[in-house]
Amino acid sequence: MTKYIDDALVMKRIKTRLRRNQMGKGIFFLAAVFALFILVVLIARMIFQGLGYFDWDFLNNFSSRFPEKAGVKAALVGSVYMMLVVIPTSLIIGVATAIYLEEYARNNRWNNFIRANISNLAGVPSIVFGLLGLTIFVRLFGFGKSILAAGLTMSLLILPVIIVAAQEAIRAVPKEMREASYAMGATKWQTIMHVVLPASVPGILTGSILAFSRAIGETAPLVVIGIPVIVHFLPNGLLSEFTALPLQIYDWAKRPQEEFQNVAASGILVLMIVLILMNSIAVFIRNKFQKRY
Amino acid sequence: MPQRIRKGQSIQQWIGESRKRNVRDKSMPILLMIASLISVMATLGIVSTLIIETFEFFQRVSIFEYLFGTEWYPFSSGNPTFGVLPLLMGTLKVTFIAICVAVPLGLAAAIYLSEYATERTRRIMKPILEVLSGVPTIVYGFFALTFVTPILQIFIPSLKLFNALSPGIVVGIMILPSIISLSEDAMNAVPNSIREGALALGATKLEVSLKVVIPAALSGIVASIVLAISRAIGETMIVSLAGGATPTFDMNITGSIQTMTAYIVQVSSGDAGFGTTIYYSMFAVGFTLFVFTLLMNVVAHTISKRFREEY
Repeated sequence: MTKYIDDALVMKRIKTRLRRNQMGKGIFFLAAVFALFILVVLIARMIFQGLGYFDWDFLNNFSSRFPEKAGVKAALVGSVYMMLVVIPTSLIIGVATAIYLEEYARNNRWNNFIRANISNLAGVPSIVFGLLGLTIFVRLFGFGKSILAAGLTMSLLILPVIIVAAQEAIRAVPKEMREASYAMGATKWQTIMHVVLPASVPGILTGSILAFSRAIGETAPLVVIGIPVIVHFLPNGLLSEFTALPLQIYDWAKRPQEEFQNVAASGILVLMIVLILMNSIAVFIRNKFQKRY
Repeated sequence: MPQRIRKGQSIQQWIGESRKRNVRDKSMPILLMIASLISVMATLGIVSTLIIETFEFFQRVSIFEYLFGTEWYPFSSGNPTFGVLPLLMGTLKVTFIAICVAVPLGLAAAIYLSEYATERTRRIMKPILEVLSGVPTIVYGFFALTFVTPILQIFIPSLKLFNALSPGIVVGIMILPSIISLSEDAMNAVPNSIREGALALGATKLEVSLKVVIPAALSGIVASIVLAISRAIGETMIVSLAGGATPTFDMNITGSIQTMTAYIVQVSSGDAGFGTTIYYSMFAVGFTLFVFTLLMNVVAHTISKRFREEY
């Protein structure tokens, strides 16, 4: 048998290339693992530093000059109140926009302008939304540094995310379902209300909850609007002054006394628990209601 | 639209109901379109707010001083100066460090996930990385100030408590997930036949990744990097917690800096009186920031649109 391929020669020639391949694989793997490792370090650090002050009193106390008496009550309640403005406002406007763009809008210049506008709005830094909120809601409309002003600002901030999520969910409803509805004699609006929307609710909710958790964690717009940090009362209405979780954390983190860093870490722990709860709801909805047509 | 007449319903009633349905069907699109105008109005609101207040600012401070001045001392009681370059410098330092951290690490991780990892590893790793992008920036800022800076100080004793390096690295960590996820999407979109062609010619996986997949996915990768730069420029809480409040016009990364966003935070938490020059300077800086990020976003959009390769 003639030997066409000299294995030894081939191995000699490709050995460096194979070794390079192995090295590349190792480096790429390490990069991916390192990214995960940072996450683990971040979370572990927050838990261990934050556990010190994390107890019932911490949830039930107002802010204080003394680290051991400081708590997140006003901030936690304030964040919840703010979400009572953010959720309905952004959800209604976002879903309405998505229905318009997906079901009614033709591909003309005007509607393309709206689409381009939404994607540009998504790239505007959050602090610029704060400047908008300060001028329009706080000063022009005279809402003051209130729950309403902050909630409306946050709603505009997360609006693009909700619109895109809702658009994708509506697009995923198959054409046949709409056609079946028309064949039964339903009008276009009836079809949207009774067929398209119910089918896309899980998708809309999953995307929206992620957007809401962004609104809870955002700090910069609140600082720019001028939302006060130290508040010793619970909000009593939409125009009431309030404070929010991330702002409270920011204030503690900035203080010179070392003890307050631990208090800030406890605040972060509360914020992260709220976010994890919201994310689990999103995952639950996605798993429970996800249908394939 | 025909609808059956119900039992006991007169023709008149049926016509009435059907007319109501028609009115609703005609009016709903108009209502929905009005809702969609809100996002347009938000953009108009942002642009007009920034322009009007910036215009007011330039009534008091010359544009020339603002654009080319190298001293930013707005709080100086005797002779306040408004040269934006130090703030720009601070922002660029942080952005540059962030890109140096995030791009190599992000691309390497994306190559691993797209080219080397098994389906199972990818399914586990991707959602975990997405968690990183859901962490609020205030948490990252706290992390930079209380964890990264002390660690860096062990290696660089001259590092100040407030510096450019630590927030730069942490901003890099913050933008990492978006670079990984967008670049991985771009690499995934490269069809397998192209990879198989290269493998059949005897290329190793590394050669396929670097010489075939990355060039083919380049537009998506570049777009993801440009988007990440835009996010790093607009990032606020990390730099205002860990960067300090000293606008300097130099290349030093171990000393305190101030970025455009951190300046806006400083002014608004100091409660600058409405109508003062400092109040308006906040909008001029905001406008500058807006222009930068808008440019970046448009560039990213154009790249991913124009150079998208169709297979």
